[in-house]
Amino acid sequence: MRDDSPSSPSFQTRRAFLQTTGGTAAAAAIAAYAPAHGVDEQGISPSEGSGGSNIEGAVPITLRINGKDRRLRVDPRTTLLDCIRETVVLTGTKKGCDHGQCGACTVHVNGRRVNSCLTLALMHDGEEITTIEGLGTPDALHPMQAAFVACDGYQCGYCTSGQIMSAVALLKEPCGPDDAAVKELMSGNICRCGAYPNIVAAIQQVRQKA
Amino acid sequence: MHAFEFIRPKDPAAAVATASKGKTAQQGADVRFIAGGTTLLDLMKLNVETPARLLDISRLPLDKIEATPEGGLKIGATVRNSDLARHPMVQRDYAVLSQALLAGASAQLRNMATTAGNLLQRTRCMYFRDTAMPCNKREPGTGCPAITGSNRTLAILGTSEHCIATNPSDMCVAMAALEATIHVQGPKGSRAIPIGDFHLRPGSTPDRETVLEPGDLITHVTLSPPVEGSKQVYLKLRDRASYEFALASAAIVITIAGDKVTRARIALGGVGSKPWRSPEAEAVLDGQPATQANFRKAAEAALRDAKPRSENAFKIELAKRCLAHALQMAATV
Repeated sequence: MRDDSPSSPSFQTRRAFLQTTGGTAAAAAIAAYAPAHGVDEQGISPSEGSGGSNIEGAVPITLRINGKDRRLRVDPRTTLLDCIRETVVLTGTKKGCDHGQCGACTVHVNGRRVNSCLTLALMHDGEEITTIEGLGTPDALHPMQAAFVACDGYQCGYCTSGQIMSAVALLKEPCGPDDAAVKELMSGNICRCGAYPNIVAAIQQVRQKA
Repeated sequence: MHAFEFIRPKDPAAAVATASKGKTAQQGADVRFIAGGTTLLDLMKLNVETPARLLDISRLPLDKIEATPEGGLKIGATVRNSDLARHPMVQRDYAVLSQALLAGASAQLRNMATTAGNLLQRTRCMYFRDTAMPCNKREPGTGCPAITGSNRTLAILGTSEHCIATNPSDMCVAMAALEATIHVQGPKGSRAIPIGDFHLRPGSTPDRETVLEPGDLITHVTLSPPVEGSKQVYLKLRDRASYEFALASAAIVITIAGDKVTRARIALGGVGSKPWRSPEAEAVLDGQPATQANFRKAAEAALRDAKPRSENAFKIELAKRCLAHALQMAATV
């Protein structure tokens, strides 16, 4: 997975581009009505810890994300998903349905896969979170990431990080050897492109090598 | 989502004390316990639930599965569905419960959802979930558009003219067949409630779904010692093979001696306003030969009082076949 963090020097990401251009337009619009410090507080480039800092009632939490402690301030309503994407700015985890029906937001909490859209960030204070960015690097893919590439286990790619997080968790769960068992345990991850046969093939490839 | 105050009570007594100051334990509650959050946060995002305070019980010591001195099982309120389904004692002695849990939701959701949360799982009726629509369960007195509207997935047993919502749980159906007991700690002390008495039919107050009172905290569920030689099956029929709510399901705990049924506990899911125990079906089988003809008679008895609506009459025959087939499966386990 590529480094999408704002500090990445290698390239301008789509997200950073949209934030800069969209943010500039918003700032210009606000400037007409608000004093300068108000514009500053809008914060056009989210950085670590900024997501809830200006919000009344924000609470401090620490999440250990991909092996790194993140001290954050979040509105109590913030889901783990929104915290990961908007506050920590790890955008590999995707928001699909936001109601636990699609699995695009799947991450690991203390080693178990969960729907990050249906849990509050502050309920995981002190806990270990793994996202797709924590699995491998572009130069050293996790075996499951490599298998998804080798088996063409995606089309548009939107569900892929959730699929891979589920698939990696499945390796440690009780699961029968056949494709039907894999399909059953992967049913919480919906793929609108219909890449299911290749996803199952990728998972089976990793299981057979293990 | 409405703003709320987040509180982490230090023990169950503190949780009960804080919650008992709330308006109600039912729909419209201004205080809610949260553990897994898979139902509650879903409904808070839809503004169907708007609690002013959330009490986080996920870190209270209510997450143990233990054998009871009598040889039964004690299941903590915050035991995750996946842990319960995979527990060796559950798989060995209460297979119907393990099967029901694994038939529900997805692997991710089962890692989050808890025992007590599943007991309080809310209906998937689309009118309940949409605040733009009238709904007697969500806003008493506004009416029930489901009765003449989109009701294909809704209940045919235990409904009323005020509400035809289906109880969506799989776990509760298995627990009904196992005659589980729900243990509650409340402002006036602790009490034990048989699962058959826990959920309420909608009647004229569909907003009231259980017998819980303000401040009541489910602490654990107990199961009686397994019945020697009993055979257990959970069969779930749905629109897709996995990750879908039941159109009809059946939980069977049956004992057969020789060719005769000596004991039968039967519950249905996907068709009732509550987890639907069927004493009618059990009575048909009691002492009778375990034959396909008798299984069909039991199924006829279970659905005798079914009341279909415009789109869900198919559920009557579906539920009958589901029950008869589940009985046949159990008899040949």
